[in-house]
Amino acid sequence: MNLLLEGLLVLIVLTNLLMLGSSRLGVYIRAGALQGVGLAFLFFTGEGGWPEISITGLALVTMIVKGLVFPMLLFRTIRQAGVRREVEPYVGFTASLLIGVAAWGFATWVGGRLPLPGIIRSDLLVPTAMFTIFTGLFLIIARRNAITQVLGYLVLENGVFTFGVALETSTPFIVELGILLDIFVAVFVMVITLFQINREIEEIHMDTSRLSTLRD
Amino acid sequence: MLNWLLLLPLVMGLLAFAVRVKPVLQGLLLCTAVAHATLTMRLWGGEARAAAVAWHGWLQLDPAGTLFLSITSLLFLAAAVYGVSYLGKECHRYPAGHQAVFVGCLLLFLATMTLVCLAQHLGLLWVAIEATTLASAPLIYFHRSSRSLEATWKYLVICSVGIALALLGTFFLGIAAHRAGGTLIVSELVGQAGLLLTPWLKVAFVLFVVGYGTKVGLAPLHTWLPDAHSEAPAMVSCLLSGALLNNAFLGILRMRQICGAAGLGAFGHGTLIGLGLLSMATAAIFIIGQTDYKRLLAYSSVEHMGVLAVGFGLGGWGTIGALFHAVNHSLGKGLLFLTAGNILEGYHTKAIAEVRGLRRLLPGTGLMWLFGFLALTGAPPSGAFLSELLVAAAAFQAGQPLIGVAFLALLTVIFAGMARPFLEMTGGEPPAVVAERRPQESLLRVLPIYLLWVGLFTLGWYVPPALRDLLTRAAALLGG
Repeated sequence: MNLLLEGLLVLIVLTNLLMLGSSRLGVYIRAGALQGVGLAFLFFTGEGGWPEISITGLALVTMIVKGLVFPMLLFRTIRQAGVRREVEPYVGFTASLLIGVAAWGFATWVGGRLPLPGIIRSDLLVPTAMFTIFTGLFLIIARRNAITQVLGYLVLENGVFTFGVALETSTPFIVELGILLDIFVAVFVMVITLFQINREIEEIHMDTSRLSTLRD
Repeated sequence: MLNWLLLLPLVMGLLAFAVRVKPVLQGLLLCTAVAHATLTMRLWGGEARAAAVAWHGWLQLDPAGTLFLSITSLLFLAAAVYGVSYLGKECHRYPAGHQAVFVGCLLLFLATMTLVCLAQHLGLLWVAIEATTLASAPLIYFHRSSRSLEATWKYLVICSVGIALALLGTFFLGIAAHRAGGTLIVSELVGQAGLLLTPWLKVAFVLFVVGYGTKVGLAPLHTWLPDAHSEAPAMVSCLLSGALLNNAFLGILRMRQICGAAGLGAFGHGTLIGLGLLSMATAAIFIIGQTDYKRLLAYSSVEHMGVLAVGFGLGGWGTIGALFHAVNHSLGKGLLFLTAGNILEGYHTKAIAEVRGLRRLLPGTGLMWLFGFLALTGAPPSGAFLSELLVAAAAFQAGQPLIGVAFLALLTVIFAGMARPFLEMTGGEPPAVVAERRPQESLLRVLPIYLLWVGLFTLGWYVPPALRDLLTRAAALLGG
């Protein structure tokens, strides 16, 4: 079981690095989907064997939403809004990767300083979650494209969720479901807003640096 | 009882999405607002009754919840009365579908804010606060202009990211509570505070302040606030500022309650006072020389949230002062944003420099613009004067005269900065173009403003015993 857990955590770390170093929107969306599916499998790494029906259901819903619905929604947005598939970064890709490695080091350091109670089953878990959160925040800040901001938000939520899955005892099923629903609606509303922006302000092409009318 | 309070706006909101007839939509909005306010009033003072608990303690109406719920419900009623006239007048420009989405989202917004006030489970609280963002985002882009879309995008991204950090804080709290059975229910956490793991609890507190602080609009996380408040329709700005900001603060207060019980009281106080003073200073900088009157009001909201943070950080009288200030802020900001809506309709501009002669052109609105400003900025006698005085007194009482002096100085600067635009807009000759249009004031759009003002003015010299009692109990609960 522990092997599966650590394998999944490594997968999550690798998808983060892939997103930091890539210039193609398609790669971002697929890597994000893979990360979401990996996250859903974390539900099956508990000590007590096969989880309860409700947890299994939750894992399935997570898999479908993060692995299937979100990528389809985002690819559709790209097609219909005529977004350029090349990502325009504020921070270059090599620099992004180097920052990513530094963030991994920082995440490991922070993880080492927080005493782990028994519920955390792998030393890798806290650093992986932290690193995923950093990656999400970085993608939101360092890429211009609005789609990458939505993806950055998803990666950030994946990082937070990694903690949530680790604490299978303390977050009840209904709350986890509520969180998932919130994230789903958030992405949905974001995509609708993007469509509206694209329709009303034609020359923007999802470039967030042009959303700068409102200021003091 | 609590279930009804939640289900009523939820069901009515979902129903509204299907309605295409304007009078039915208006009726739905008004009836739900009246029914919600009535239910809330019936719950007053009865927090201990069985009716005030539901879902095995996940939902419970405690004194702090009652206070914030009452403010929300009252302000929603005022906004609904105003909204009936707004939908009648301005909405001919928008298709029926947009109006249905607008009313539906308004009611869902009320449902989610109600859940924020009632939630005792911190996971549920997070779900509710994130849901308020999602229900209110479509309200901000109601006008479908490029400016409102930009504001909506910033609101969605900044608040969602901020709140995601609060979720991380919630999970950290779950880890901290490992020895207490991993519970996330506030009363149980307070009861077993001795068992919490301190390092995780501290990180959780910081994440709560950063996460929910984004939604509250504490500087430097306030950047979405002036954009969203200035681009949204009047009654949406009124609810965002008067109800939503307070409710988001409740998230930080619940955490402070737990930290206080765990003996970490002093840990969070400095953070709150620092962020509070920073928010007030930021607001002061942007208020002076501001050219847009709705942005001016938005920065004043940042200031008021700063006052709340300073009050809660100081504790003692400060806690009561901050809770009382939340009431005054809601009444005052609700009244001024609704007034600003009337001005915008009359003058078709948000530029301070282009609005002159309010007193002549829109007498009812002009009077309230001036009186509302005085009441909101704490000129005596008004509720805001008393509450700000209480917070300042708490600073001196706690032996922190420097904080007290800085607090009073910032309030004075902001008062002076706001006085000029308000006086200029009220006085003078109205521009000829606007005077020719002869804008009218309808009763429904002036009445709620006057009622809010009467409330704010009355609180300056008479605090009803029931409210005083509620404030005292809420402060005791929050660990003043």
